[in-house]
Parts: sequence; C-alpha cells; structure tokens
Amino acid sequence: METNEQKSTVLDIQNVSISYGSELAVRNVSMPILEKTITAIIGPSGCGKSTLLRSLNRMNDFIENVEQSGNIMLSGQDLYESGVDPVEVRLRIGMVFQKPNPFPKSIFRNVAWGPTINGLSGDIEERVVTALQQAALWDEVKDRLQDSALNLSGGQQQRLCIARALAMKPEVILMDEPCSALDPVSTSRIEDLLFELKREYTIVIVTHNMQQAARVSEYTAFLENGVLVEFGDTDQVFTRPENQRTEEYVTGRFG
Amino acid sequence: MEEQLTGRPRLGEKILKGAFFCCASISVVTTIAVICILAFETYGFFVEIPITDFLFGTEWTPLLQPKSYGMLPLLCGTLMIVVGSSIVALPVGIASAVYLSEYASDRVRNIVKPVLEILAGIPTVVYGFFALTFITPMLQSIFESTHVFNAASAAIVVGIMVLPMVASMCDDALQSVPDSLREGAYSLGATSFEVTIRIVLPAALSGIFASFVLAISRAIGETMAVTLAAGATPNFTLNPLESIQTMTAYIVQVSLGDTPAGTLTYKTLFAVAAVLFTLTLFLNLTASSVMRRFKETYE
Repeated sequence: METNEQKSTVLDIQNVSISYGSELAVRNVSMPILEKTITAIIGPSGCGKSTLLRSLNRMNDFIENVEQSGNIMLSGQDLYESGVDPVEVRLRIGMVFQKPNPFPKSIFRNVAWGPTINGLSGDIEERVVTALQQAALWDEVKDRLQDSALNLSGGQQQRLCIARALAMKPEVILMDEPCSALDPVSTSRIEDLLFELKREYTIVIVTHNMQQAARVSEYTAFLENGVLVEFGDTDQVFTRPENQRTEEYVTGRFG
Repeated sequence: MEEQLTGRPRLGEKILKGAFFCCASISVVTTIAVICILAFETYGFFVEIPITDFLFGTEWTPLLQPKSYGMLPLLCGTLMIVVGSSIVALPVGIASAVYLSEYASDRVRNIVKPVLEILAGIPTVVYGFFALTFITPMLQSIFESTHVFNAASAAIVVGIMVLPMVASMCDDALQSVPDSLREGAYSLGATSFEVTIRIVLPAALSGIFASFVLAISRAIGETMAVTLAAGATPNFTLNPLESIQTMTAYIVQVSLGDTPAGTLTYKTLFAVAAVLFTLTLFLNLTASSVMRRFKETYE
C-alpha cells in the first residue's frame, strides 16, 4: 500500500556533531529515520555509530564531558532543547543493548518493570504477555514466568530485553549490536523477529555484521571516522554504492 | 664433557622456603593458641560457676561482695552500643554510599573516598575522648538526666567510627553492580532515584548486608571508646542515658586492676572473652559467606 516515499520521518537527525572532550566522535551527521522501517548504521569499530545511536535517546547524558551540537527532532521537537526531560525521551525511544542485560529479577518482573515504575495505563499482565509474544519468547517462558531471568540462555535473555523494551510501546527502538554476543541460531531468531517488529515499530540498529544489515534493513547509513559517508536504500548502498569508501567497506576490503 | 641435568643442591632456596613457612605459621599458631587458652580458662571458670548462671544471671558483681556472675548486664551493655551505633551508622553509611556511587561526579568521589579511608584510621581513643568532651555535654544539654558516662554517647561515637567502613564497603558493593543494568533501567524511562532504589540497591544487597554485619562485629569488639564514654557500671538497663559496662570495657577494667592470676575473678576475663570471640567469629563468618555468594553472582 504505502511506498517508501510516503513514509513519514519519525526522527530527524540534523547536523549532529558529538565530541568526548577534544575528540570528535560524530561529525555533522544528517539523516532521517523513517516510520516503521529498519535503518542500519554500519561502519568500522570506533567510527561513532554507537555514539550516534545513543544520542537518539540521550543515553550519552551519563558520560562526562560529552558535547553535542545540531538537532535531533522527534515529531517536530528537538530532543536536546532546554526543558526536555530525558526520562520522557526514553519513554518514547527504547533501547536494546549489545550484551543482554536482564535485571536480576523474575522473567515477569523484568518485562513488567518499565510499565510499573512509569505507571503506564492498562493491564500490566496483558502488556507483559503481549510483549513476550511479540518478542517470540512467550512459548518458551509461559510456564516459568516467575523464574529468574538470569537462568535463560543468552539468546533468550536478549529477546527478553527486546520484550522489556516493547512493553513500553515506544515509537522507536534503538538496537546497539544486539546480536554481537549471540550464537548464529539465536542471531537468526532475532533477525526474524525484526521483520515482524517493523510492522509496528521504527527500528534503528547498529551492527558490525554487514550481511545482517543487508538482510534486515531498508535503509543503511555508512559511517567512517564519525562522518556519514553514505546514506540510502540498503539495496543501493550494498549493490551500487555512490562512494568509493562505501564500496570498499561493504565488499570487505577493510573494516 | 657430558652435560648434567641434575641440578646443584640449592640450599639457600630451601632455607628461604622454610623461613617463609614459619612466618606464615605464626598467625595460624597464635590463633590456635589463643583459642586453646580461652577454652582452657573458660572451662576452669565453668567448673566453679554453672554456665546457665553465667549466661542468664542479671547481676554482674565479680569485683564486689557478694560476688555474682550473671553476664546479662554486660551483654545488654554491648547490645545497646550495637543497636545505637547501627542506628547512626547504617542509614547514614548507605546514604553516603548511594551519593558517592550514584550521584557524585568523579572529582567529588576522588576527594571523598580517600577522606573516608583516613577517617577509618583515626585511633579509637580519640573518638572516646571526643564522645566524653563533646557528645556527652551535648546530650546533657538536651536531656538533663544524662549521666557523665552513658551508653548513648558511646553508641553515637561508635556509630561515627564505623560509618566510614560502612560507607566505603557499601560503595564498593554499589560499584560492582554492572553499569549495563543501570543503562537498561534508564532506557525504560526510569529516573536516577528509581534506578538506585529498585535496581542498584537490590542488586547490591548482599554486599550491603555484609558491611552491616562487619559494622556490628566491630561495634561489639570496640573497646577504647566505650570504656571512656560508657563507664564501668554493669547496669542491667535499657536506658541509654545511664552508665553501663560492655564486655570489652569489663575486660579492660579487670586487666588494669590488681586481680591475682588464677582466682575466679581472673577467670571471668576468659569467660567474657570467649563470649566476645564467639559472637564476632560468628558475625565475621556470616559476612564472609555472604560476600562469597555476592562475588559468584556478579563476576
């Protein structure tokens, strides 16, 4: 029904530069994040892709000496405007991290935690069940919701963390190399899950794995030394890159 | 010439090895000796005084006539110090640790943490003196009935004394909670307070508990400050404004006096010391087993 051209921009990254002390990690990056798509950010280690991702829900606030310029617009409002509460930002933009980080609590309480502390409306139990189903974890854990989340396997823990983010019903989900600590089987389960999730959610995923970016995303951004070298349709970036460096990177000549 | 693989005898090495072994043995042997002497003399005491009279009697007058050997007043005195100092040290200690670990900037942390450790190194007699000359007059200006020597003053100063240790250990426990847990909680829209109270503190609970147990153990064993500030009156009372005597203070009193060796009064020293030893040993074992479990979970 909808073509890509008609999808609206959820997050608009405008001229964003981020530095740690004197070191410039992200240089003047501008790109849109479109609704209900998966955008992959790829690039060699230390290119600033995680820093850029973490700026999208103000997770860099916890690092001392970070300076940022430019705007990140979420439905018309700048996330970094004075007066914006980072807690509110994170309610709308969730995150899944590199290593699974379930809380040392039961499976149920992990998923229920976010909605509970934020006093979100509706039936908590229903939210938990829906989130676990969406994260394709329900069948494996439905009989042991009160077990500790730490007893799950790494792949299950990561899907639990995805469920935890989904329970908040955020507009955008940021994923920082979500499969880097997982085995190939768990990785492919999470990739299948991403296809399901993009019907309802906007996803930005940072990945080291170029095949993964090519498989799951509609849009790809290639970053090198903090510079956005190329941004475009994933197909185009991987098959007909405009930039020489992009081509060298996606064909595996460096990185 | 044929190469030899058999080495020269290395005599020096053997001597050194033996010397190191001897040094290592000293502490073990000393501990065993202390336990043996304690057990032997305590046994001698219980031959003359039934253990139930000792443990459950409410009169402690081994230095006065008529002599009576019920140690409950001493135990009660020690417990008052423990409870009072815990009321001071545990909440303040944990709050300081939360501030240091979760809120303070690196710059503040780098100043405060060493200061805490210096505070922990002040000789305890200084604290006792501080209690006598500062805390007691302050208490007297609030509660007129406060005795010159009183349990409250000693308990407060012991609380201040163990506070740095509690704060420092709780801080270590909070610091050992991985940042990934904090980030996970923040990403779900939690405030710093919610992250601290609901994620970090529960995850650090066993370390915090261990610091509490060690603090209590130190309060039980604390001698100089309580001898100076709490007095030497083995009262079986719960009034903190009265003078009391703790187990440790009793040992000081008798050791400094002219009690002849071998008498029953002399043997009370060992019986009281045995109780003290058992209590602190039990607490330290609890703390270390909790710490061990804590390490298994988070490393």
